[in-house]
Amino acid sequence: MSYGPRPWQQTNWDWRAAANFMLGGTGAGLMIAAVFVQNPLPHAVLAAMLLIGGGLGTVWLEIGRKLRAIHVFFNPQTSWMTRESFAALLLFVLSSIALFLDSRQVLVAAALAALAFVYCQARILRAAKGIPAWRAPQVVALVMATALVEGSGLLMVMNPDLLVISLFTAAVIARAVAWSAYWTALKQAGSRTALETAGKALVQIGTIAPLALVLGAYFLPQAAALAGIAALLTGWRLKYVLVTRAALNQGFALPQLPVRGTR
Amino acid sequence: MTRWVMIADLRRCVGCQTCTAACRHSNATPPEVQWRRVLDMEVGEYPAVKRVFVPVGCMHCADPPCMHVCPSTATRKRADGIVTIDYDLCIGCSYCAVACPYQARYKTDVAEFAYGKAMPNEEIRHDEKRLGVATKCTFCSDRVDAGLAQGLKPGIDHEATPACVNSCIAQALQFGDLEDKQSNVSQLLAENQFFRMHEELGTEPGFYYLWDKKEVQA
Ligand code: SF4
Ligand code: SF4
Repeated sequence: MSYGPRPWQQTNWDWRAAANFMLGGTGAGLMIAAVFVQNPLPHAVLAAMLLIGGGLGTVWLEIGRKLRAIHVFFNPQTSWMTRESFAALLLFVLSSIALFLDSRQVLVAAALAALAFVYCQARILRAAKGIPAWRAPQVVALVMATALVEGSGLLMVMNPDLLVISLFTAAVIARAVAWSAYWTALKQAGSRTALETAGKALVQIGTIAPLALVLGAYFLPQAAALAGIAALLTGWRLKYVLVTRAALNQGFALPQLPVRGTR
Repeated sequence: MTRWVMIADLRRCVGCQTCTAACRHSNATPPEVQWRRVLDMEVGEYPAVKRVFVPVGCMHCADPPCMHVCPSTATRKRADGIVTIDYDLCIGCSYCAVACPYQARYKTDVAEFAYGKAMPNEEIRHDEKRLGVATKCTFCSDRVDAGLAQGLKPGIDHEATPACVNSCIAQALQFGDLEDKQSNVSQLLAENQFFRMHEELGTEPGFYYLWDKKEVQA
């Protein structure tokens, strides 16, 4: 193994961790967006639960000691991973009750739990001090906006009503702003190189094209679904790259060199 | 109070990796796992190039991000500053590894041996508890504790001192109590100029690098 001052890609978290941010984010966004539909859709809530459960399942595949996964709940005082797990638990309980009772109020509570869940996900990255591309404060808004775009995009595929389209449009714009702030703040050259293509796709295919398609949806309803899918896939790609290729560590740095022999 | 810290004198380290070997021997770490590493760094641009050997490992931070993120409370900090991992609590999520700015943590999922099959010494020292969990330098806390129990002084008495420090052929590595103003480490820090790695991150590492003697006041 060769280590040096130059940063290198972390290998502790791979596609399984990335999948949690992709699936979990989309599921949480879908749960939040579902509240905005006039008649809540049980299949959207169910899909949100499946996505979040699937994301947590992939993380479970990554941990070294699977049978003691319950220990993840032990540190709510400081760990955003513990808090994410509690938010997920609450979300599952509330959304099950919402489905069972067909209650809009409980669904709103579940959506709040989903918001907490995705906030925890964002803070998980922010708290990873070893990875400059994650610890940037701007990552929080980016991850949250991305989740909302993915969720509302998926809901638009299921149910392209005006309220959902409006939410999606606002989320896409918010994500573009969050991405721009993040990209401006990101200084590490290796991470920038890794994220460049995915970032461009996010702006062109995930922002400009969907906004145009949403306008076109007044004439052709299928355009809304296409917009949703484009925004969803570009968001997934960005998060996948952020975890698996742009997550360079800081390497080692010497602010002073040793003074040996004569000066 | 006590605060155990380590010092690496960058003027003295010759990059021989004896400390790395001593650590591996003392702690029976598997191949590719080096709790104490020595980086071989080339710094500067031709013709002003310097080669520097930099011992690294867990810095036993006073404000350790690995501990804050750990969901299972497996990572803790003792009152004397040593950051520990409870192998029975750890779930092997590796969150600590991405939170550590010093690449100090490892996770080995399956047993690995130097020559594929376990040698007799590896068989004896193999510990299932260390599979699938995070591991890192312990500052040889078992040696420190056992030494203290016998009334020995860590950093001075070999039996109470981390293996890497004991083995260093150039006495580049030192270990001691920062809170004791008379200790070896306190004296060295008083007499020399030093820095800590990535100090700007606020982790307050317990690992100091000496790079020059202090300017003598006229
Ligand atoms: S060096 Fe890394 S593993 Fe060690 S205490 Fe600091 S953050 Fe934790
Ligand atoms: S790998 Fe173990 S010590 Fe590290 S954060 Fe996870 S539970 Fe804590």
